[in-house]
Amino acid sequence: MSGVTVFGVCAAVAVGLGLYGLITNPQPLRKIIAFNLLGSGVFLLFGVVGRRGAASGVGNDPVPQALVITGVVVAFSATALAIALLLRLFQKAGSTTLSNGPPPSAGSDPPGG
Amino acid sequence: MSIAAVFEILLAAVVLGLGIWTIAVRETYSATVGFVAYGLLVALIWVRLDAVDVALTEAAIGGGLGGVLLLSAAARLRDAEPMAAEAPGKVTRASAAALSVLIAATLAGAVLHLPDSTPTLAPTVVANAWATGLANPVTNVLMAFRAMDTMLEKVVLLLAIIGVWSLAPDNAWGGHPGPRHQADPDGVLVFLARLLPPIGIVVGIYIFWTGANHPGGAFQGGAILASMWLLAIMAGLTDTPPVRRRWLRFILVAGPGLFLVVGLGGLWFGAAFLAYPPAQAKPLILGIEVAMILTIAATLGLLLTGAPERSVK
Amino acid sequence: MSLARDIITIAAVSAGAFFFLAGTVGLLRFPDTLTRLHALTKADNLGLGLVVLGLLPQAGTLRDGLKLISIWLLGLLAGATVSQLIARTARQGETTR
Repeated sequence: MSGVTVFGVCAAVAVGLGLYGLITNPQPLRKIIAFNLLGSGVFLLFGVVGRRGAASGVGNDPVPQALVITGVVVAFSATALAIALLLRLFQKAGSTTLSNGPPPSAGSDPPGG
Repeated sequence: MSIAAVFEILLAAVVLGLGIWTIAVRETYSATVGFVAYGLLVALIWVRLDAVDVALTEAAIGGGLGGVLLLSAAARLRDAEPMAAEAPGKVTRASAAALSVLIAATLAGAVLHLPDSTPTLAPTVVANAWATGLANPVTNVLMAFRAMDTMLEKVVLLLAIIGVWSLAPDNAWGGHPGPRHQADPDGVLVFLARLLPPIGIVVGIYIFWTGANHPGGAFQGGAILASMWLLAIMAGLTDTPPVRRRWLRFILVAGPGLFLVVGLGGLWFGAAFLAYPPAQAKPLILGIEVAMILTIAATLGLLLTGAPERSVK
Repeated sequence: MSLARDIITIAAVSAGAFFFLAGTVGLLRFPDTLTRLHALTKADNLGLGLVVLGLLPQAGTLRDGLKLISIWLLGLLAGATVSQLIARTARQGETTR
């Protein structure tokens, strides 16, 4: 049981780290990375709970495993959408800051092709 | 203290050290690389937790494809570094630190005080494995017992693609995603892109096919197929398809579409939505998974290439 | 017989771990990109190869052994390609400075 506890505490610290990075890092890409860190900590918590539910010859409860697999794929697609939004913002506004002012008209759409 | 416990403590310490470094380092590019390394080490933790399917998914999608996504974004945004907004003040940082410590301590306390008798669904899953004929319990849960979640997850992937495509500028609407890559035709990258995809496709299909009875499955195999396609794109051997092509859109819809059709068939001919008759459960599940792996490979690849940037000529 | 197998495994995996350690020390201590790549390739080729060699006696069947060897070969291929690409970029960066 103690190994599982080690990973549970590791998961909790990862959640705390991700939350801190999400709030304090000013750049959106760092926020996205911190958000992924937070997500992986939450998934590890699922894994720890699943490991404690090992029974009937299965090493880890399959239901939390299936939830985590779904979660990893959904988190990846959310990250991809967030990065696409970020790149478009950079293309349009010329900077990645989420500042309050209106974007300068310097950014224009590149010609196609 | 056994060797295994020492190894687990070391692994957790290295993972947390990498996490701290990823959050604290100055340059964004270094943070991205640190996150990729973190993802691969977390896959080791998953193996240690006896969840090999999740380890494969985390390594392939979290570490591999997520790493490619973040690295390419960090490279494109490198010019934005000097224009970063000012760092938040000391009060914000202190209160964020207090909040993080509070949440981490609460979660750690909850983990340490979990009751000894754990409620678990593993016996139920193993007892009902006769209904599908597959031996991998995680695949049973994903494709049969909680098939609704998997179907809705495919719809989420579709929504993400629609979201990414809707960011195209007007003149590139329906065009090719991403820039046109060009590499030295005699160079190493092109050599790898000619050599590796046949091997990678075999490995991807094998991991998908063996997911019925051993750790593996459609998501892991689909991620490997997507990465082989991306390798060919990045070496310039093929261009990204224009997103208005009907066959591309058909592939993207095929996975959730087939799932929905089988589900409705279960409603009309069987007991409930997504109910499989036990005699045909295995062929139905494998058929759905074949459509799923094509959709997953196409969707993951397209999510990585991004919004359309070049119009179709 | 299994004692001999375990001894081979422990010896080979320890040697492989030593090469990984040497590669990591080189990565952290060498001054520039090309020398660091040189240190890392030692970890890839020798270290991974020794670890796989050590795990081969533990693999139950011929198929598992072939899988292990193919993992080593794929790791070699990927490592060699990426090292070449990084070295070329580093060399280009030097000449344009």
